[in-house]
Amino acid sequence: MKALIAMSGGVDSSVAAYLAQQQGYDCIGCTMKLYHNEDAGIERSRTCCSLDDVEDARSVAYKLGLPFYVFNFTDAFRDTVIRKFIESYEKGITPNPCIDCNRYMKFEKLYERAKILGCDYIVTGHYVRIEEQNGKFLLKKALDETKDQSYVLYSMTQEQLAHTIFPLGDMRKSEVRTVAEQNGFINADKPDSQDICFVPNGDYASVIKLHTGKPYPYGNFVDKQGNVLGHHKGIINYTVGQRKGLGISSGKPLYVCDICPQSNSIVLGSNDDLFHNDAIATDFNWISGEIPQNEFRCKVKIRYRQPEQWATVTPTDKNTVHIVFDEAQRAITAGQAAVLYDGDTVLGGGAIK
Amino acid sequence: MIYLDNAATTKMSKTAIDAMLPFMDKIYGNPSSLHSAGQEANEALYNARERIARVLGCEAREITFTSGGSEADNQAIISAARIGERQGKKHIISTAIEHHAVLHTLDRLKKEGFEITLLNVGENGIIEPNKVKEAIREDTCLVTVMYANNEIGTIQPIKQIGEICRQKGVLFHTDAVQAVGHIKIDVKEQNIDMLSLSAHKFHGPKGVGALYAKKGIRLTNLIDGGAQERGKRAGTENIPAIMGMAAALEEAVGNIDCNAKKLTVLRDKLINGLSTIPHSVLNGDTTKRLPGNVNFCFEGIEGESLLLLLDDRGVCASSGSACTSGSLDPSHVLLAIGRVHDIAHGSLRLSLSEENTEQEIDYTIKAVTEVVAYLRSISPVWRDLENGKQEFIIK
Repeated sequence: MKALIAMSGGVDSSVAAYLAQQQGYDCIGCTMKLYHNEDAGIERSRTCCSLDDVEDARSVAYKLGLPFYVFNFTDAFRDTVIRKFIESYEKGITPNPCIDCNRYMKFEKLYERAKILGCDYIVTGHYVRIEEQNGKFLLKKALDETKDQSYVLYSMTQEQLAHTIFPLGDMRKSEVRTVAEQNGFINADKPDSQDICFVPNGDYASVIKLHTGKPYPYGNFVDKQGNVLGHHKGIINYTVGQRKGLGISSGKPLYVCDICPQSNSIVLGSNDDLFHNDAIATDFNWISGEIPQNEFRCKVKIRYRQPEQWATVTPTDKNTVHIVFDEAQRAITAGQAAVLYDGDTVLGGGAIK
Repeated sequence: MIYLDNAATTKMSKTAIDAMLPFMDKIYGNPSSLHSAGQEANEALYNARERIARVLGCEAREITFTSGGSEADNQAIISAARIGERQGKKHIISTAIEHHAVLHTLDRLKKEGFEITLLNVGENGIIEPNKVKEAIREDTCLVTVMYANNEIGTIQPIKQIGEICRQKGVLFHTDAVQAVGHIKIDVKEQNIDMLSLSAHKFHGPKGVGALYAKKGIRLTNLIDGGAQERGKRAGTENIPAIMGMAAALEEAVGNIDCNAKKLTVLRDKLINGLSTIPHSVLNGDTTKRLPGNVNFCFEGIEGESLLLLLDDRGVCASSGSACTSGSLDPSHVLLAIGRVHDIAHGSLRLSLSEENTEQEIDYTIKAVTEVVAYLRSISPVWRDLENGKQEFIIK
């Protein structure tokens, strides 16, 4: 059986490659080139992370004796992931580009390449598990819950799950590093990546301006009644729940409660104003491929690093789900994912409207 | 394996290898040394320089050895810029289809305050000499135009451009990395002031090249140190590689007519064969092109997938320049000759050597035809094109 390993140059995917090889798969390594450094505001002349990462991946692939390719997906990445990222902020929505990247790059573009190369499987270094049960594939949390990445993979289909291997799903990060050290991988001590890859220092607003070349006009901060409280520096610079960097002095702490692109205004309010019980998730994917007929109880996660909360869930149509939380949740943010869990199994997920 | 990527690099010839060997274990002295071992090496170096100069039609002292074509391009352009700067001339003319060794050097000068004019080429990838004439200004210090393009193989009217530059008193450099050893070059007769060449493109070793600069042109050092290369390029000379380069160049130029004749037949057979693939187009000129260059675009195809599957069938090909660190961006050359982005992505460059056979060409035509058909059969873009949801760009 042939497997195509998505190697980022980091320690996780390197160990995933090693484990897949140990399991007897005929492996091919590859790295997806997703963006140009200049597009991320990194100067060409600097030795840059993305090319270094490719070289790290290559070094590990050669060490394992794998053929290695670099796939240039910069066009597709720009047209799907980056474009959606920009459009979201322009609409006052806070996107999660890692989810889109998994969906459109790894499990569409790369999956297509795997088929062309005659590979039966894609292997990645995600911390998440796949289990087959009665002919259906389940997507389950990693055994090491602190590393679990099931949240960013909710869009996977049965077909994709049938052709994907996640070798790290039942490992701890420390074990992964040990395997990397034992094999002398160049990246055994490489720190985990933190930021969005194409926003190297967290300054996403600069990256957006670099891409669109557009100015994002200043506008008003208003309160719930519409009274002007001050001026903001363009709506793309803010996200719901934000308190820091508003530049407004007020007796009580103020938070971004709503972003209104039509009026180019941002509504500020108190911390209490951020709490809501309801959420609508759209573009919803049910992992099983079957939409439940009735409302049911489950746990829901609305942010990557946040524990799940009990809720009652009602599918309202093919792509939409209505979620009512038992307890009001702080800063339910449009654009982030709502992912449903039954214990450690992912039921599905969608984008919060 | 069928190797059709000779524009990226070539196999070394037996002649070149044999010429190098004695300079590794027998004549290994440092040419700068006073003793006889050094003298012997220095004599060989002098001899190699003379032979290369003879082939190019210049004098030995007009040849500077470099680490390859890129270094020669860099040094030529930087030198001309410094000469211009001293006279208050800070305008340089080049073309949109140059190699990155030229374009990125020009980018650097632009940041320093030079003004760069990149001339457009026609759809056939050839520059109109008159355009050069019109672009030359009072403050133009350099015209740099590549001799033959590395991707689409088009050969530029170098002699005419050189003549225009002579009349206007502007220095003229040509990046001849793809041309030397494949087409006849005489720098004096063709009005060339500076020329870059690279040994591994004509069956010589990698990591060695040369810059021809006409007497009187003051070169600027890129590498400072010892007094090698008349003080213009420090570092102990790579004698084995230089000997290999001299031998390979003489061999290539000695067989130039016979090789070109053979290659042209193979090239045209390949072009004719690939032209029968529907919705395909040849890039570059049909006649004014390198004898070994074939470059096609296939609509609805991703170049990368095409290369992977051809590799799987034992055909080593490329989608363009190999110099972009494993990445396969749509080529600036194809965009410059008017191919739209999506079409430029589906490009295939096959570059032949005289060692290729007719059987290999037949096999390649079959392999490309089948792989293109297969990739189209699984492509959603192709489905849209066939259903008429999207219009074909290549008719």
